[in-house]
Amino acid sequence: MKPKVQVLVAEPSDMIREGLKALLDEDEFVFQAPLRELPVDLPQRISRQQPDVFILNPTLLNTPSRMQLVSIQQARVNMAVVALVYQYIDPSVLQQFRTVLDVREKGSKVAQLLRESCQAEVDDDESYELSERETEVLVLLAKGGSSKEIADKLNISVHTVNTHRKNITRKTGIKSVAGLAVYAMLHNLVVG
Amino acid sequence: MKKRYFVGRMKMADVVAANHTLILAMPRFGISLGFGERSVQEICEQYGLPVDFVLLIFNVYTFDDYLPDGDDLERTDFSPLVPYLEASHRYYLQERLPHIERHLLHVAGSAGERYGRVLKSFFEDYRKEVVEHFESEEREVFPYLQRLRRGEQVERPVSEHFADNHSDLVDKLGDLTQILYKYIPGDNFAEELNELVFAIMQLSADLEKHAVIEEKILLPYIMQLERGRDEA
Repeated sequence: MKPKVQVLVAEPSDMIREGLKALLDEDEFVFQAPLRELPVDLPQRISRQQPDVFILNPTLLNTPSRMQLVSIQQARVNMAVVALVYQYIDPSVLQQFRTVLDVREKGSKVAQLLRESCQAEVDDDESYELSERETEVLVLLAKGGSSKEIADKLNISVHTVNTHRKNITRKTGIKSVAGLAVYAMLHNLVVG
Repeated sequence: MKKRYFVGRMKMADVVAANHTLILAMPRFGISLGFGERSVQEICEQYGLPVDFVLLIFNVYTFDDYLPDGDDLERTDFSPLVPYLEASHRYYLQERLPHIERHLLHVAGSAGERYGRVLKSFFEDYRKEVVEHFESEEREVFPYLQRLRRGEQVERPVSEHFADNHSDLVDKLGDLTQILYKYIPGDNFAEELNELVFAIMQLSADLEKHAVIEEKILLPYIMQLERGRDEA
């Protein structure tokens, strides 16, 4: 039997939390005691409870959110931090999450999305060579393509593009598009 | 918990010995070296600086987990905050970036045409981005803060540089160091390359703390003033 996915939810609305729980098969997803707000000792709780997925309403974060999200992620590096969204949230905040779960998402898709977000963790292979697909994504990024454009061009989901991007960054140590463009030029992948 | 953070009665020389990068922050306060045996408190009095504010900056620079609470913010005299931040900007723009540029041009000149061109253009773009970021803060955020401090009824300016935009500036410097020591064949100019990488890392560490100051002090302080304005 597959190990169950441990889920931690931080969401003020009882209805939303209970609704989410009802959509998911309890044989696969185990819900830890929910949070209505973010406690000060959140990172400690996460390291103690070891959730696989942390579903978080981004409005609970402080402004600016980056430092707080970093400390949450550091508490458990392999945990998928998923944004639970039902109002406008600034894209710069959302892009710091691995997955965005919109409440308008089809009920039947929720489990799959959460499953994917767990698996989309950096691939296990230890190699630092870029795969063929990663190289393709890198070249398109270096040419200034957005994740959406790259997804359309390669016929894959935006989510998959972002996973490739994370793997490229892990393997090269380079985070910014400008830096990746330099990498591509120095490796003769694009004409400089 | 707070015991281990810096306090006013400590000798300035001991504080600097505990974290030597604070030496870089001194000119931004207008403090010169030559502390003798004087305490932080005494030095601050000598320069007419509020000691709580100076300690706040020192503590943020030194202790990664240091986070001023509401009381700290309430108590502190923030009159030197904007001058401090502006002095930091000047230091980055007028001293550190030109310093890095000199080293980089050297390396670019030795590394061959193709590498040189790529490095120079990356750095130029980076510098433009930093200048734009700082200018936007100085044009919009700092004047807004000063007007709030005077108790004026002003609305927060809509600015993409208002809060969360430092990560990119720090990430790009990290990328540049990665590129320099991983992909530039530097057998013939290893020493210059090392100098350059260290200069960039030092700026990167400083900018990271600068970002923390803006995110953990400047923004909460602005938000506190805004609450005061809204209650008025």
